Amino acid sequence: MTFLRLLKKSPFSARVGLGMILLNIFAAVFAPYIAPHAETEIVGDVWMTSGEDHVLGTDHLGRDMFTRLIYGARNTITIAMLITLISFTVGIILGFLAAVLGGWADQVFSRVVDIMMAFPTLIFALMVLSVLGTSVPVLIVVIALLDSTRVYRISRALAMDIEVMEFVEAARLRGEGIWWIITQEILPNAMPPLIAEFGLRFCFVFLFISALSFLGLGIQPPTADWGGMVRENSGAITFGILTPLWPAAAIAFLTIGVNLMADWFLQRSGRIRQEQE
Amino acid sequence: MKHLLTIRNLEIEARADEQWKPIVRNITLTLDRGEVLGLIGESGAGKSTIGLAAMGYTRTGCRIAGGSVLFNGTELTTASKEERRKLRGAHIAYMAQSAAAAFNPAHRLIHQFAEAPVQHGLSDFPRARDKAVALYERLFLPEPGKIGYRYPHEVSGGQLQRAMVAMSMACDPDIIIFDEPTTALDVTTQIEVLTAIREVTRQGNAGAIYITHDLAVVAQLADRIMVLRYGELIEEGNARELLADPKQEYTRELLSSRIIGKPQTQSEDKCYTVLEAENISAGYTKDVTVLDNISFQIERGKTVAVVGESGSGKTTVARVLTGLLPPSDGKIIFNGKEISPALKHRDRESLRRLQMIYQMPDVALNPRHKVRKILGRPLSFYFGTDAKARERRILELLEMIELGPEYMGRYPSELSGGEKQRICIARALAARPDVIICDEVTSALDQLVARGILKLLRELQKELGVSYLFITHDLATVKAVADEIIVMLQGKIVERGPKEDILETPGHEYTELLLSSVPETDPDWLDRLLKGRGAKIHKMHEIS
Repeated sequence: MTFLRLLKKSPFSARVGLGMILLNIFAAVFAPYIAPHAETEIVGDVWMTSGEDHVLGTDHLGRDMFTRLIYGARNTITIAMLITLISFTVGIILGFLAAVLGGWADQVFSRVVDIMMAFPTLIFALMVLSVLGTSVPVLIVVIALLDSTRVYRISRALAMDIEVMEFVEAARLRGEGIWWIITQEILPNAMPPLIAEFGLRFCFVFLFISALSFLGLGIQPPTADWGGMVRENSGAITFGILTPLWPAAAIAFLTIGVNLMADWFLQRSGRIRQEQE
Repeated sequence: MKHLLTIRNLEIEARADEQWKPIVRNITLTLDRGEVLGLIGESGAGKSTIGLAAMGYTRTGCRIAGGSVLFNGTELTTASKEERRKLRGAHIAYMAQSAAAAFNPAHRLIHQFAEAPVQHGLSDFPRARDKAVALYERLFLPEPGKIGYRYPHEVSGGQLQRAMVAMSMACDPDIIIFDEPTTALDVTTQIEVLTAIREVTRQGNAGAIYITHDLAVVAQLADRIMVLRYGELIEEGNARELLADPKQEYTRELLSSRIIGKPQTQSEDKCYTVLEAENISAGYTKDVTVLDNISFQIERGKTVAVVGESGSGKTTVARVLTGLLPPSDGKIIFNGKEISPALKHRDRESLRRLQMIYQMPDVALNPRHKVRKILGRPLSFYFGTDAKARERRILELLEMIELGPEYMGRYPSELSGGEKQRICIARALAARPDVIICDEVTSALDQLVARGILKLLRELQKELGVSYLFITHDLATVKAVADEIIVMLQGKIVERGPKEDILETPGHEYTELLLSSVPETDPDWLDRLLKGRGAKIHKMHEIS
C-alpha cells in the first residue's frame, strides 16, 4: 500500500525506470512462454539480419537472437541479483558490527577488507576463478565476497554516523543487545542510502559478469548471457552486422532503468536528511 | 519623514507538499537610523524570515509573494541580483545565531573580517585590519591587536560571537540584522555579547533589527518591539510600554512564562536517599579530569538541579551515572547498593531504575520507529509485557503525558518538538524508574512549550514519586523545578544546598555571578547590572 502511494508521488523518471526493470523481470520470469524458440536451438543461418521469423536476426551459430536475449535476461539477472543480495548481507552485517563493536573487531575486519581492496577486482576474480574453475556457484560466491568489501565500507561509515545519535545511546542505556541495535536502531535509518547503493552495485555486478563472460570466465556457453553474447558475436561488427549490439543494448537498458530508480531513492533519502536537520 | 527601511504588506510563502503556503502574512514595519527594533516570537513565528526579507533574501523553498521592501529608496523585491548583492554586507549586515557555524574554520578571524570591505571595494586590507583592531577593542575582546590572527576554534564561544558583531560592523552598514545572537550562549557569556551589541547599536547611525524569542533579552536593547506569531503581527509598541502593559493575551503569556515557582513539596515524610554519588572523579583521557571528587545524594521524590556553564562538567555527571563513562574513582550507590560503574556490567534491573531524557528530542527518538514501538519496547524489554497489556499500558502512558491514543501510530517526524519531548518522557516512565536524569530537556524548546513540559514533569513527580536530576544552564528552569541545587564550576561542586538558600543567599562568588546574569524583563536591568559590576564585567572569564 505504502509503496503504491510512494509511486504515485514519484517523478516521471522513476516510473520509467521501474517500467524498464519490470519489463526485464517479466522477460526473465516468463522466458519459456514468450521466447519464440528454445534457448540453444539452431534455427537458421549464421548472422542473419532481422526478418519475419527472427526479429533480431541470428547469432554466430544461427540461434535466434531474440530468444537468446530473453533467456539471457533470466540467467544474467538472477545471478546478478543473487550476488548483490549475498554481498549486501555480508557487507552490511560486518560493517555494522565493526561500527558498533569498534576496537579489535573493527580493526580486524577493516584491515582484511583493505587487503582485499588492494587488488584490482577483475584481476583478483580472474585469479580465483582460474584456480577454482568457473561453475555458477563459485562465480556467485567469489564476486559476492569481492563486492561485499565495498558494501562493508559504506555500511560501516553509515552506521558510525547513526551510532552516535542519542536514540542509539538510549537503546544502549536500556540494556539492548547488539542484534537489536543493529537491526532495529541502525538498519532502518541506513536503509535509503543502502537501497540506492544496492541499485548501483547491482549494475556494477551485472557489468562485471558481462566483463568476465567477455573474457571467457563468466557464465559458460551454451547458456545465454548478455556479456557472453556480445563476445561471441563481436566478430560480426567487422561485417557491419548489428547483432552484437543487441545484447549490449539490453545491458544498457537495464542499467539505465536501475539507475533511474536508484537516483530517485538517493533523492528521497537526501530529502529526509534535510528534514531531520 | 523618510524611513531607512520600509516593509509594507510583506507576504512570504514556503513550498511544502507541492504547494505554496504562506508563512508570513501582511507584515508592515519601518526602521529609522539609530533605532533598534525587536522582533519576538516562538519558533515558526516567521521572525528570521522577515529579518532575511529585509535584505531582499529568502531561504531556498521560500518566495516573496507580495508587498514591498524599500531600503533607502531601493525596492529590494524587484531589484536585480547584482544590485542586491552590492547592498548586502556593505549596507545591510546580517549576524547569524551561531558564530561557530557562521565562521569559516579554515581562515583567521581578521581575514574574514576584511573580506566584505575588500570585496565590496570599500577598503584595502591594512585599513580594514586597523578597523578590526579598533572594533575588537571597543567590544572588549582581549588582546585586540592579536586576537584577529587566531582561528575560530582558538577563541571562546562568547569571544567568537563578539568577533562576529565586529564583523557585521566591518562596512559600517546602515542596517544590522541580529538573528538570535545570544541564544546559544550561557548566561554569563550572553551578557558580554549583549553589552557588545548595545555598544554597537548605541553609536547611533545604524538601524538594527534584533530577532529573539527571549523577551528579557530584547527588553535590554530594543526601542520598539513587534510580537509575532504564526507569521502574523500580534502586537507592536514602544518597548517600555509594551513590557509594562501588554495588550494581547499572547504577549502576556510570553511575559508570564518566565515566572513560575515550584510549589513546596508538602509531604516531608522520611527522607530516603535513592541515588548517591561518592567522591566521583572522571575524565575522558588519563590526564584530564573533567569531574573532580564529586559527591551528592538524590532523595526520593525530589529534584536536584545541576547548574553550571558549558564545560563545567554537568553533562559528564550524567554520563558517569548512566555508566557510559566509568569514573576513574568513586562509587555510585543506588538504593543502598553499590552498582557497577560500567554500563555493560549493570543488570537490567538497575538499568531500568535509572532513565534518561535528552536535550534534543529530534535525535533521541529513532525516526523510523512509530510511537507504539518507542513506548512498547521498554515494556516488553523490562517487564516482558504481552501485546495486549502493552497496548493498554501505552495508552496509559500517553494519557500521562496528555496526548491522545491517535499518537500511537505516528512517526517522530509527525510530532512537534514539545510532543516529541513528551514521548521521550513517556519512554522514560515506561520503565517505572526511580530516578530520571533530565539533560537540558527544555533548552531546545520554545518558552511556552518548555513551561508545559516542566509542569508535566512536576505533576508526574507528585503522582509517581520519581526523583529527577536536572542538568541545566537555565536558572529560570531551576527556579521552577528544583528542590536542591548543585552549582558546578570546572568539574568541581562549588556550592550545594536547598534551592531557597542558594537563590537567596548565594555563598560562592560564582553562584552570585550566575544568578545576577539571568536577564530580567526590566529594560534597565543591563544598565544597573553593568554599573553594579563596574569594571568586573569584562574580566568575568577570569573568575572562572
